[in-house]
Amino acid sequence: MSYPATGAGGGANLADILERVLDRGVVIVGDIRVNLLDIELLTIKLRLIVASVERAEQMGIDWWRDDPSLSAGARRREVDREDRQQQDLARENAELRERIAALEGRRDALEDGKEEAP
Amino acid sequence: MTTPHDNGRLTYAYAVLRSGARPPAGLLGIGEAPVHTVTEGPLAALVSTVPAAEFDQPQVHERLEDLAWLETTARAHRRVVDEAAAEVGVLPLRLVTVYRDEDSVRAVLTANAERFERLLARLDGRLEWGVKAYARAPEERRPAEGHEPTAPPAPGAESGREFLRRRLRDRKVRDSARQESDGLARAVHDTLTQAAEESRLHRPQDPKLAEAVAASGAADADGHAPTGTRAAVTRGPNVLNGAYLVRREQAGEFAERVGELAARSPALRIELTGPWAPYSFTDLPEEAP
Repeated sequence: MSYPATGAGGGANLADILERVLDRGVVIVGDIRVNLLDIELLTIKLRLIVASVERAEQMGIDWWRDDPSLSAGARRREVDREDRQQQDLARENAELRERIAALEGRRDALEDGKEEAP
Repeated sequence: MTTPHDNGRLTYAYAVLRSGARPPAGLLGIGEAPVHTVTEGPLAALVSTVPAAEFDQPQVHERLEDLAWLETTARAHRRVVDEAAAEVGVLPLRLVTVYRDEDSVRAVLTANAERFERLLARLDGRLEWGVKAYARAPEERRPAEGHEPTAPPAPGAESGREFLRRRLRDRKVRDSARQESDGLARAVHDTLTQAAEESRLHRPQDPKLAEAVAASGAADADGHAPTGTRAAVTRGPNVLNGAYLVRREQAGEFAERVGELAARSPALRIELTGPWAPYSFTDLPEEAP
């Protein structure tokens, strides 16, 4: 065979295999109805079991996520997280502005004082 | 090629191929059952029998929830499909495509003949390669020393602004490390897409999934030993999980390209898997049956 030495499954882990045999491949109806929904639920369940919320969030922010069916949940979590970050940022900004204003006020007062002093 | 009718057994279908194709002899499927072909007109299916006790309803649903059973079944399925694909053009079927008997398989081959023949023609002589990239630990991406705030020389107002700037800078460093590896991954994907006939992006792998399945410990009976699982603990986040459809005769060239990219991208750890049957490329647009 003309395959490179790295071939023949090198580096393939069970996750590589599962994502192909469960999520890919030709779908035809069997006599034993393994509802595709069941299989999808299963894989989602597998992911949820092993994925911490943090990882799920990371999974949700990747640039290639062009498959809308993949993870509405992960996207929602990401949006929530961004919302929270925005709110934190806004709050922090407001606090800093107040602090800067107060400090500028104090500096102006000091400078006024200095100008008057000499 | 004969399958005596047996009430305790069902027929499990692994892949569809052309009836003239000669898959490797001696393939063993789920439960080490011998694999054979069921032929109908120009098409054939690779099948073996499986115990109804595991694969009939409703118990099969329960089995699917059992990770050890799932692993054994998935590996056996993959072994049959990929060993056949190494020799002949095949359409991999999804895991657990099961029939009462071989007549049902023939009926399915007839009913889907047009779609199967079109896909086989499209995928003939091509195999799938998987490329995964992981971000390496970003020690070298720490902010430069000069950026660290010095003792505040200015009046109080300056340190407030400085504080804000520093916060923004920290945020940017974090974001840019992620953006950098995403950008590199995108460049790798673009380059490989040009080197391949078709490409697909899978969702990035959760390292915990890889670890969990590696730790689940079902015996690896296939010849495709998973050499990558050992490294799972030291991997950074998976920033690229791509599948590429490559002509058989261009496999060496493609692997070389991957090697070049790996050498050129020290911030990424790049892994090549395959050859796989074209699992990720059986979704070509089609009309309703």
